[in-house]
Amino acid sequence: MDMKRKNQKVVGASLAVVFIMLGAAYASVPLYDLFCRVTGYGGTTNVATSPPSSPSSPVLASIASEAGRKITIRFDASLNRNMPWSFEAPPQAVVLNVGEQGLVFYTARNLADKQVHGTATYNVAPAKAGYYFTKIDCFCFTQQTLAAGQVVDMPVTFYIDPEILDDPEMDDVDTITLSYTFFETPNTRVDTGTPKIGG
Amino acid sequence: MTDTNPTGWRRYIYSTNHKDIGTMYLIFAIIGGIVGGAMSVLMRMELQFPGDGILGGDYHLYNVLVTGHGLIMVFFVVMPAMIGGFGNWFVPLMIGAPDMAFPRMNNISFWLLPVAFILLGISMFVDGPSAANTGVGGGWTIYPPLSTSGQPGPAVDYAILSLHVAGLSSILGAINFMTTIFNMRAPGMTLHKMPLFVWSILVTVFILLITLPVLAGAITMLLTDRNFGTTFFDPAGGGDPVLFQHLFWFFGHPEVYVLILPGFGIVSHVISTFSKKPIFGYLGMVYAMVAIGGVGSIVWAHHMFTTGLSLDAEVYFVVATMVIAVPTGIKIFSWIATMWGGSIEFKTPMLWALGFISLFTFGGVTGVMLANAGVDQAYHDTYFVVAHFHYVLSLGALFAIFAGWYYWFGKMFGYNYSEFWGKLHFWVTFIGVNLLFFPQHFLGMAGMPRRYVDYPDAFADWNYWSSIGSYISASGVGIFLIGMILAFYRKDAAADNPWGEGADTLEWTLSSPPPFHQFEKLPKVN
Repeated sequence: MDMKRKNQKVVGASLAVVFIMLGAAYASVPLYDLFCRVTGYGGTTNVATSPPSSPSSPVLASIASEAGRKITIRFDASLNRNMPWSFEAPPQAVVLNVGEQGLVFYTARNLADKQVHGTATYNVAPAKAGYYFTKIDCFCFTQQTLAAGQVVDMPVTFYIDPEILDDPEMDDVDTITLSYTFFETPNTRVDTGTPKIGG
Repeated sequence: MTDTNPTGWRRYIYSTNHKDIGTMYLIFAIIGGIVGGAMSVLMRMELQFPGDGILGGDYHLYNVLVTGHGLIMVFFVVMPAMIGGFGNWFVPLMIGAPDMAFPRMNNISFWLLPVAFILLGISMFVDGPSAANTGVGGGWTIYPPLSTSGQPGPAVDYAILSLHVAGLSSILGAINFMTTIFNMRAPGMTLHKMPLFVWSILVTVFILLITLPVLAGAITMLLTDRNFGTTFFDPAGGGDPVLFQHLFWFFGHPEVYVLILPGFGIVSHVISTFSKKPIFGYLGMVYAMVAIGGVGSIVWAHHMFTTGLSLDAEVYFVVATMVIAVPTGIKIFSWIATMWGGSIEFKTPMLWALGFISLFTFGGVTGVMLANAGVDQAYHDTYFVVAHFHYVLSLGALFAIFAGWYYWFGKMFGYNYSEFWGKLHFWVTFIGVNLLFFPQHFLGMAGMPRRYVDYPDAFADWNYWSSIGSYISASGVGIFLIGMILAFYRKDAAADNPWGEGADTLEWTLSSPPPFHQFEKLPKVN
């Protein structure tokens, strides 16, 4: 019957919309993660494999020195409430030229009487500076394991991307706060060595 | 047609008749409205004076009431009344169809709703954040981590399941309306001749089809985060709680247009009928609704201006949000232009429609204020927002529902309502809700945050008057019920078309109430 075919068409199209949107909701999870990494949205920081090649970018370097743009980096450390560690940020803020490499140490101590695995998530405030905050090496890239009572100093090397000078939205940024939060990783979780991304 | 109509309880439990199902939706919405309204009165009693009030210091119970009130009003009052109730009753009648396209699925759509409502009811009595505190206290937005690690008890799971079932009911209903409207219009009724109420339902169900699956996905992720160790919204496993807000508001913002668009349709018919003029700018009205539905679906992040959006994203969401004021303005203008020079009769439905226009416009103006990202930093999560969305929803949507109720009461039930009680109902409600919500603008501007069980003494005066307004509004509900009882007691038979020449849609060509099966011979539309 003709009406039946017409009805089937509308129902089919409607169901297709429903399932596409349901799929889109799940697809948004990896897409959102990717989006945060690419744009630095929500204070997601950038990752670099090598220090800034400051001399190779003479134009930006000269702009940086002419502008005399210095940025204060402050540090913050916090723990998930179930994490049996103490975790301290470097006490002093660091003042860096744009493009200059910085190195600081966070200190963690395992207060539990057994081995504990931890993973740190991170972001920066203001969130819009995340794109320009580039880490070369960080304890947050991998899972950390501390034996009972063990104390470790954990390094972070980073720099502020000179491109920050070209972004008018960043003109009011003279202080960036880098923040980490440690969570306990279940023992069963295998460390893949890939950076954890917190959007 | 030679079928036998089931009688007694079977007529309703097994019903495949769009009019009976529509009536059940309306009764369900009235029951839901009384429950959800009672919750809001309890909240206002608690807030009438600073310090602990009627809830006796049970702060979690207050949060449960806030959550229950929101979810019930959205999913179990306004949606069932507008879409399930008036939609079921009048979409087939207005397009000249014998019934809905899938009458049995229509039955399932309705009967899933009481199930969902019971699940939500159960959630109020099982463990929430702890064994001592039962129910969901996370607000209707159920943001994680409060709805995940913050409330480990099963209450949130029941509420999520309730939303799943209610969402399934709406999706099935939406497919049914879609098919009915596209395939079952009477010969000659092209899309551009379709009554505005049918258009409003078409746009509404399209929005539902696009957004409800996203809500279903988001709350399923919430469910697996809570119970099966996934970390969609848990930073410890690389997730992000803000992602839930994006998914929720991708559904949640279009949802407010779902709640109001059918009201636009109803009000258009009422204004046209009681001005004795065809609606001004029919095509403009149609495409204004399409535009509101379209643009309204891509502005969700204006609920999230304080989550650290980039400046560019904020600029987009501010501008896109404000653009919605243009098609909305076209509608308001067209309603006024319809009345202009008309022979206006201030019958009860017309009063509700005029109340709708004035209060909805007022809520729209505060909406434009809130759309500014800079201003919103200060107003976010204050009573200013509460006042805003109650002006557009509680007052806007509710007034439209009552406009439709009184407009079609005689048609649906075959009896005339009492003009006196109808008008009294209107005026008491109008005064009550304005006294209830107008002072909340001042409270919000003074910085009173929403969802709090208590407040400093500085906010005492306006809270007191707001609570008085709540009691007046509640007595309005009593007047409504008295009017209805009177109408069914008096049995004053309604004419087929009591409104005269202004009422020109197909339902007025039938008897009041219409026969159990209508349009066995399809009407021809010129």
